[in-house]
Amino acid sequence: MEKLNTVEGIVAPMDRPNVDTDAIIPKQFLKSIKRSGFGPNLFDEWRYLDHGEPGTDNSGRPLNPDFVLNQPRYAGANILIARENFGCGSSREHAPWALLDYGFRVVIAPSYADIFFNNCFKNGILPIVLPVKDVDTIFNEIAETEGYQLRVDLASQTISKPNDDKIQFEVDEFRKHCLINGLDDIAMTLEHVDDIKAYEQRRAQQAPWLFN
Amino acid sequence: MAKTLYDKLWEPHVVRDNGDGTCLLYIDRHLVHEVTSPQAFEGLRLAGRKPWRVDTNLATPDHNVPTTDREKGISDPVARLQVETLEENCRDFNITEFTMDDIRQGIVHVISPEQGATLPGMTLVCGDSHTSTHGALGALAFGIGTSEVEHVLATQCLVQKKSKAMLVKVEGEIPDAVTGKDIILAIIEKIGTAGGTGYAIEFAGKAIRDLSIEGRMTLCNMAIEAGARAGMVAVDDKTIDYVKGRPYAPSVNMWEQAVADWQSLVSDNDATFDKVIELDVEQMQPMVTWGTSPEMVTSIDSVVPAAKSFADTVKQEGVSAALKYMGLKENTAIEDIQLDKVFIGSCTNSRIEDLRAAAAVAKGRKVADNIKLAMVVPGSGLVKQQAEQEGLDKIFIEAGFEWREPGCSMCLAMNADKLEPGERCASTSNRNFEGRQGQGGRTHLVSPAMAAAAAVKGHFVDVRKL
Repeated sequence: MEKLNTVEGIVAPMDRPNVDTDAIIPKQFLKSIKRSGFGPNLFDEWRYLDHGEPGTDNSGRPLNPDFVLNQPRYAGANILIARENFGCGSSREHAPWALLDYGFRVVIAPSYADIFFNNCFKNGILPIVLPVKDVDTIFNEIAETEGYQLRVDLASQTISKPNDDKIQFEVDEFRKHCLINGLDDIAMTLEHVDDIKAYEQRRAQQAPWLFN
Repeated sequence: MAKTLYDKLWEPHVVRDNGDGTCLLYIDRHLVHEVTSPQAFEGLRLAGRKPWRVDTNLATPDHNVPTTDREKGISDPVARLQVETLEENCRDFNITEFTMDDIRQGIVHVISPEQGATLPGMTLVCGDSHTSTHGALGALAFGIGTSEVEHVLATQCLVQKKSKAMLVKVEGEIPDAVTGKDIILAIIEKIGTAGGTGYAIEFAGKAIRDLSIEGRMTLCNMAIEAGARAGMVAVDDKTIDYVKGRPYAPSVNMWEQAVADWQSLVSDNDATFDKVIELDVEQMQPMVTWGTSPEMVTSIDSVVPAAKSFADTVKQEGVSAALKYMGLKENTAIEDIQLDKVFIGSCTNSRIEDLRAAAAVAKGRKVADNIKLAMVVPGSGLVKQQAEQEGLDKIFIEAGFEWREPGCSMCLAMNADKLEPGERCASTSNRNFEGRQGQGGRTHLVSPAMAAAAAVKGHFVDVRKL
């Protein structure tokens, strides 16, 4: 997993609540057995005017000019700001893979669906929860300012605005540690092999039918 | 201290407390399918790791499999590669798989309870959000992403933070034609699709106890549509009767010990919950969704709501966008909505009781002329076999339904079963998101009997009026 410390860049606004993982990456792209290459199909059904299938050359497809990521002012965005319950629906990790492959390292929203939120951290994406009023303000500032950028610093848990205003955000200590150091969860769990084995021995006595 | 059912499921599975709010939680059962596992197996190989406990894994292809002409194999090469990759991974790592030609193949959330591979008191995970289904048997079951699939394979554990506990109490006598599906849709209407975020939901009350185990599976299946990763129902005699005699159930010499353990899997009387929601089932009607989120739902005797009837502006905009996508006008009677297709199936509603309920409506009737396709997709090969033994297939076929092979099918339209742009479908599945059943497709979620009634009328109708 790629380390995440500071992210600075253009912020793209996704101005609708309950953006689900089917919208983030439509199901036809889940047939892949790889975890890369989903970026060109991020938000596929909103982003293009035609229907996309895996293996299609996306460069020649007609773009939906109204879709936010197709507007030149948001080209190269690496921070996404969204509304309530972002990432609801399926558990597909293809959703954070697609966001990451497109170039997003930070998402900001008032709330997320649990599984998506969890999946982000495991893929080097920082999902930040901010109060609705702060999110509203950023949406308004983006609308007013072409090329609007934010600077997110994970170590100090601070978002810096172009006018130097700062917003503090909360993040779980363990997840922060993993993101900053790019740590693999499995290797960390395997440091507790003895605990797992002891648990299994104990549990097999209490509930032997689970070990048959 | 008094404990909730959730406490009683969580605590015996804690391997270690990490001291930072997370625990290492032991996983008793891991279900594997073709879509969310290939990258996990690849990760295992790259790291030179092996599955920690092979016997806890059970695999089957379901999302991508065709529901017709099985003997011809899978024509879509991308889908075929994914299913073949699952076979290869299961073979290489010695994991039991019910392949496409096995009668036990089907939707993971149907086959695991059917086999007795889901047991009360278990922790069960799968790379699929509808894993909440298994909570119906008094298990702690939740969906995970692919990184966690790899984590479970490699360590038999997950790093988890305990959720808050919510009690949803549904009291009263269940009215005729109201099902587990209608109850969960009514709950989602009340608390919203994010109402359960951060919670594990226990469903309780007389109406829940009165549901069959399959009805409880439908209920728990859609806990995730209320935002909760896990839904659960306390163990009672129905639970134990359901499990008894199934292939993966405890053997005779351990049965009494297991049952004694399972009988404790109920919330203590004085247990406290972080949140309690109460509903009265007696006022409920069959439910129909009208929008692009499961919370956009109303009863069959109602109308499509007006955007301005909602309080906040973000919600109003969401409703306007949904009605535009759905091609619906405000204040249209739900019964006046004309349909193009009908889908009976999915991990929500493809079990034998669902098929019986739909067949009871279809019997002696014909699918309406305006319905281009009405299809019934059993949840597993064994459900299909049972239905055929009962003659349900003949009832459906005579009425003009197509009788298909088991799989996820048009719930998410990864295979050939999908809606064309603008087509409107009465579906027994779980998600009415934009494009879920095919790009531009319009989904209305209903119970199996209501879907069958819609098929024979060509529009929604209260099944009690037929």
